[in-house]
Amino acid sequence: MIKKNKKPQSALIAQKKLTPAEAIKRFWRKNWLGYAFLAPFLILFTIFIVAPVVTAIGLSFTDYNMMQTPHYVGLNNYRLLFLDDEVFLTGLSNTLTFAIITGPVGYLLSFFAAWVINQLKFKRVFALAFYAPSICSGIAMSTVWMVIFSSDRMGYLNNFLLNLGLIDEPILWNTDPNYIMGVVMFISLWMSMGTGFLVFLAGLQNVPHSYYEAAAIDGVKNKFQELFYVTLPMMKPQLLFGAINAITGAFGVFDIAVSVAGMPSPNYAAHTIVAHLYDYAFIRFQMGYASAVAVVLFIITFVLGRIVMRVLSSKDE
Amino acid sequence: MLKIRWFRGQWLHITFSKVLLYVVMIILVCFTALPLIYLISTAFKPLDELFLYPPRFFVQNPTTKNFSDLVVSLGSSTVPFPRYAFNSIVITTIIVICTVIVSSMGAYSLVKLQPPGGVFLFNLILVALMFSPHVTKIPSYMVVNGLGLINTYGALILPNIAVAYNIFLIKQFMEQYPNELLEAARIDGAGEFRIFMQMVMPALKPATATLTVFSFVNNWNDYFSPLIYVTSQAMKTLPLALQTIGGGAAGMSVGRAGAVAAATFLMTAPTVIIFVIKQGQVMETMTYSGIKG
Repeated sequence: MIKKNKKPQSALIAQKKLTPAEAIKRFWRKNWLGYAFLAPFLILFTIFIVAPVVTAIGLSFTDYNMMQTPHYVGLNNYRLLFLDDEVFLTGLSNTLTFAIITGPVGYLLSFFAAWVINQLKFKRVFALAFYAPSICSGIAMSTVWMVIFSSDRMGYLNNFLLNLGLIDEPILWNTDPNYIMGVVMFISLWMSMGTGFLVFLAGLQNVPHSYYEAAAIDGVKNKFQELFYVTLPMMKPQLLFGAINAITGAFGVFDIAVSVAGMPSPNYAAHTIVAHLYDYAFIRFQMGYASAVAVVLFIITFVLGRIVMRVLSSKDE
Repeated sequence: MLKIRWFRGQWLHITFSKVLLYVVMIILVCFTALPLIYLISTAFKPLDELFLYPPRFFVQNPTTKNFSDLVVSLGSSTVPFPRYAFNSIVITTIIVICTVIVSSMGAYSLVKLQPPGGVFLFNLILVALMFSPHVTKIPSYMVVNGLGLINTYGALILPNIAVAYNIFLIKQFMEQYPNELLEAARIDGAGEFRIFMQMVMPALKPATATLTVFSFVNNWNDYFSPLIYVTSQAMKTLPLALQTIGGGAAGMSVGRAGAVAAATFLMTAPTVIIFVIKQGQVMETMTYSGIKG
């Protein structure tokens, strides 16, 4: 990104025209307004995001049930989580599997779709058709997909497979632990393709045409070279935004899993980190233990986010 | 390669790869859009078509009976369906308006007024982008509980206004706004508030429209907040209501399949409609490079 450097010039004007007292006055007036504009966001952000994260980290070292005052238990919660809580480990591995597959696949598919659609006619229609599933509620879409994945002969997929003679009896898509996660992934993937899509489309349209012309003069021959030498480097901010989106989306999997398989799901096949958090925090009210789950989720997404940021940073350019 | 004379004397070049591209895209689009078409079709199916074997994709004799069932038969039971819709509409509308104002003001301050500490706050926002919102839910619950907001609209609205994504989005667009224009207005004696309302906000229109769409969609579909902040049936929003009507994951109860289809349709329609209405502006946001210099 090209940063405009206008500061020295305006400072020069300020020095010429204003006495020091006036400059200070102006400085204060400017900042007062700055804080005033920032205040509504700052207050809500502090109460509902910053403070909760700090509190969650603090609570994760305690035993707290909302009735008695929390008391410090050290790393006990974490020890329990990773050594004794098999349900959590199941949830963790489910979430990781889910994220490793749906995150990158959804990301690449949505970028590919945006890149292709950007070159087609009827952009608007294609964009709408692609984006529509991701603006629909996960709950609503699960009910639609459950008709297709329905476990009896009435289900479209079972019906289809039976007719083709590929299977002899209906597959229990949402009750057989072997299939549940696959179904959840499929629906999520279908829904999440649009998440980064619009951002990517935005980025693609923002690459100035002159860059492509310049690249053509420099010897870039086809669309793929254009993509790698011009488009991708220019799109780093959007790629970063999309990647962070994909990470938080993939690790936050919950509502689709619940509406496909219920809670608790058969054999915990669709149990996720967020489901575990919900279970301990809002059903059992073991806030300390649940906070430890939240902190684990926080660390995973944060570390991944930092890595992605390092890779896709465009600050130095 | 095929050349066809297009209107206005232009030549339309049809190459094999281009045709292939369109075919691939149309298949992909079918994959993404067919369940939605099925959803629309099912919402208007009469009872006998809902349980047809083998199942049929498209509706034959469309009816609106499912919708009246949804309102009438469920109305007698516990909480009427329109109540859920009303909750969802009120909550989502208030959040969208508040978040657009709050985020735009905050972004203006961060980008153009740059008070000391702003960079630090922005770094915090970047960090907040990187973890899923579920992390903050436990302490947020305690705050909301402490304020006595459980089972109120406040519980569903207040925590969802200051979202890191929203201010980040507006800030990115705000950076394209030329400082020279602001300087000129300041020299002409305009106050910051007036500059913000009369110059910056109109220029941000595509960005705020985009934010409106994103924020509407996220909050309309939000499942987690009402799940934890709301226990009374009358305060539930559509996503929870839909699960209640559908009987949860156990599979759809037979008698309500029509009502579920209608509810699903009603729940999905607003998000798609608002996107279609704003799509022009959302796209404009994207081609918004004229001012970039």
